[in-house]
Amino acid sequence: MDFRLTDEQAALRESVRDFAREVVAPVIAEHYEQHTFPYEVIRQMGKMGLFGLPFGEEHGGMGGDYFALCLALEELARVDSSVAITLEAAVSLGAMPIYRFGTDEQRATWLPKLLSGEALAGFGLTEPGTGSDAAGTQTRAVLDGDHWVINGSKAFITNSGTDITALVTVTAVTGTNPDGSKELSTIIVPTGTPGFTVAPGYSKVGWTASDTHELTFDDCRVPVANLLGERGRGFAQFLQILDEGRIAIAALAVGLAQGCVDESIRYAKERHAFGRPIGANQAIQFKIADMELKAHTARLAYYDAAARMLAGEPFKRQAAIAKLHASTIAVDNAREATQIHGGYGFMNEYPVARFWRDSKILEIGEGTSEVQRMIIARDLGL
Amino acid sequence: MNIVVLVKQVPDSGADRNLRNDDNTVDRGSANNVINEMDEYAIEEALKIKEAHGGEVTILTMGPDRATESIRKALSMGPDKAVHVVDDALHGSCAVATSKVLAAALGQLNADLVICGAESTDGRVQVMPHMIAERLGVAALTGARKLTVDGGTLTVERQTEEGYEVITAATPAVVSVWDTINEPRYPSFKGIMAAKKKPVQTLSLADLGVAPTEVGFDGATSAVVEHSKRPPRSGGAKITDEGEGGVKLVEFLATEKFV
Repeated sequence: MDFRLTDEQAALRESVRDFAREVVAPVIAEHYEQHTFPYEVIRQMGKMGLFGLPFGEEHGGMGGDYFALCLALEELARVDSSVAITLEAAVSLGAMPIYRFGTDEQRATWLPKLLSGEALAGFGLTEPGTGSDAAGTQTRAVLDGDHWVINGSKAFITNSGTDITALVTVTAVTGTNPDGSKELSTIIVPTGTPGFTVAPGYSKVGWTASDTHELTFDDCRVPVANLLGERGRGFAQFLQILDEGRIAIAALAVGLAQGCVDESIRYAKERHAFGRPIGANQAIQFKIADMELKAHTARLAYYDAAARMLAGEPFKRQAAIAKLHASTIAVDNAREATQIHGGYGFMNEYPVARFWRDSKILEIGEGTSEVQRMIIARDLGL
Repeated sequence: MNIVVLVKQVPDSGADRNLRNDDNTVDRGSANNVINEMDEYAIEEALKIKEAHGGEVTILTMGPDRATESIRKALSMGPDKAVHVVDDALHGSCAVATSKVLAAALGQLNADLVICGAESTDGRVQVMPHMIAERLGVAALTGARKLTVDGGTLTVERQTEEGYEVITAATPAVVSVWDTINEPRYPSFKGIMAAKKKPVQTLSLADLGVAPTEVGFDGATSAVVEHSKRPPRSGGAKITDEGEGGVKLVEFLATEKFV
């Protein structure tokens, strides 16, 4: 029973922390304000191997594990969530399905550039008419000779429209199961395939330096060889991907929560009111103590979920708990950090304003808080 | 090309730093110790040369046991191995004695090229590359903002206050670099894991044939006699604009010789 990091894990965390402070922090406010994708930051993240973290070296990965990815996400999100979600989606939604379910040829084609960060992949699951209810997928793919013909649309797809986006993996209905339910499969659609259109980016409340689009497929034809994994296994495949993704989002939320603590401590020492730093007031001290308490306990929750996952044990409930708790306290900490900053906290140039705007989506994306509670309750036999 | 990079562990220049009250040396015990910032640029330059021309990169560090942390971090950036000169008798060594020890170690390493940072953030004397080159009898190309390797010829753009000079020399040579020369890489996870297995050779003064009396306080050519904390900054002058603010500002700047 030990939640302390190994020397190597600590060194990775320090390396990413330095990177976030020295490379991300100076430029991200401008990207956030202008809603631009930070290509140069992403390129450098690729260079230091972050996109290859949990993958084997035989495919160009770093030979780390999913927990190493989580540590990196936490440290990035401590400074900025847009780059953190770009990494999270690129790895656990973009590259991981191909790594896990792809054929040798699909892996050889896509993984080297995805794992080096030269290219990004999106994961098209959510649709305009269906979010949490993934079984309600409307997008259809029909076999026509040696091609799949895809029709439908996807919503809120991260990394789907950057200059370096190479492909999107989409879930589509490919038939009907014997029990009458939809047969779902996942299919790789390379960027630029005729009939695949990427809509202009959304105007988002937060994560504004990340890339998010609605996608439409209009008689979009891709070779049958682009089927990812087994036909009809699409549902099971993405459920597994989503369970893992929840731990990653929890790590990202903990990073945001800790960033709120960092910024609040700094401000509480600098800002004077009534002749002394505001941090000398117990009202502020207690707020920050509570914020640290929340960040710390949420961190333990995601460490636990990750440890179970890596040990090959069931982790569905723990992942849901980590995601639910971390996103809840991220919103709490962002609210309190903004409060501590007073009027300045409402100014976009202050990091806490970004944290505040970035926090809400954490209770929604990769399974809403309500869905997490459903998962926990179900796992408790209810 | 066989490249040796000099790496020094120093107290983090971004945090509070002190000298010890008992012997006036740098207080390493209470500080967060890191790789001297300029040395990271030296490591990066060595790795770039290795990537372009092949060869081997060795880290050379003189320092106490705890410098091992910085050696591991340096190795995680990509160098092949490290040599750590560690000996209790080294405590209190001056720059001249340090250069003697490092030159003795370099004598065993057969380097074609020695790269180091132009200065350390603790001592800041900027003499180490010159002293080492003198002891080894090789060229010193100091203060580089650019380094080009063409076979056995090194070309350096040497940064000066007015601009830069272009200097060439044949290997072997010592090159010191400023932070304008490149952007050091961040250790990757693969690099961090690989660093665990890289060889770190430990050398004592006896291994180098240097007598303990030649180094440390006994062998020091200079000594810090006393030290005191820099006084806190004064409040400065406050000028309130009552129609003549501009004039007063200019007067202040002229009096303080800022303009």
